[in-house]
Amino acid sequence: MTLFVGERIVHKTFPPITRHRLALYCGASGDHNPIHVDLDFAKQAGFPDVFSHGMLVMAYLGQALTDVVPPSRIRSFSTRFAAITQLGATLTCEGTVAELLEHNGEKRARIALTTKDQTGEVKLAGEAVVAL
Amino acid sequence: MVDQSAVGRSFTPVTARVEPGRLRFFLDTLGEENPVYRDADTARKAGYAATPVPPTYLFCLEMMDATEPFEFLTALDIDLARVLHGEQRFDYHAPVVVGDTLTFRPKVTSVTEKKGGAMTLIVVETGVTNQNGVHVADVSRTVVVRNARPS
Repeated sequence: MTLFVGERIVHKTFPPITRHRLALYCGASGDHNPIHVDLDFAKQAGFPDVFSHGMLVMAYLGQALTDVVPPSRIRSFSTRFAAITQLGATLTCEGTVAELLEHNGEKRARIALTTKDQTGEVKLAGEAVVAL
Repeated sequence: MVDQSAVGRSFTPVTARVEPGRLRFFLDTLGEENPVYRDADTARKAGYAATPVPPTYLFCLEMMDATEPFEFLTALDIDLARVLHGEQRFDYHAPVVVGDTLTFRPKVTSVTEKKGGAMTLIVVETGVTNQNGVHVADVSRTVVVRNARPS
């Protein structure tokens, strides 16, 4: 894989977040926190509605990444959850080569990653280090 | 409120098996169509012994097979309704594939107060080993606790 700094290698948009998707993710991920699927619980906790699991958004970002980088080449993957992802959000994941480096003789790239909703608000900001 | 005394606390290790049916449910939920995750031949050609798991799935495996998925919150007396996910990190050392049996060993590595005590950030780091004792990954999560205002 030949990359250059500044190159955008990840770019993928996902379908809008629905209650149904959150219910499926609750079961599929084992994260049964009711705040993501039970409106009564979410309101009690002070939120206007249920909202996405951060890890669902990170899973989408991971998918966008491994569409272009084989999973076996990923050395690390990290994100900060910058804002809550609301129902109806259409998420776009992007990744740009931020740095080329070498670790114990292995050539690597650091990919700066973001996930934004349809208004451009950053939901996730993170990075992956991948072997070239 | 959680304080520095929580640092170093460890929780019950979790053993989880990477089961193909559960993994398929996860892939379907995400609309994941990458053949490396779905087709054993494609995975083998990519150098895996069997189909690998997607990058965030380790987080799920630990929760799915924990007897008490929110044990660390209960143990630290944190209300689930006051918790948000702040950060998440995965460091991968070796492949994880369908059929593997993993052991997760979580422990608290830091507690930080923010915004004058309005929030507490708790970092839980989890080492992951497989059935052969290979250290396959390290997983780190930061949870944000929205503390109640003192009345």
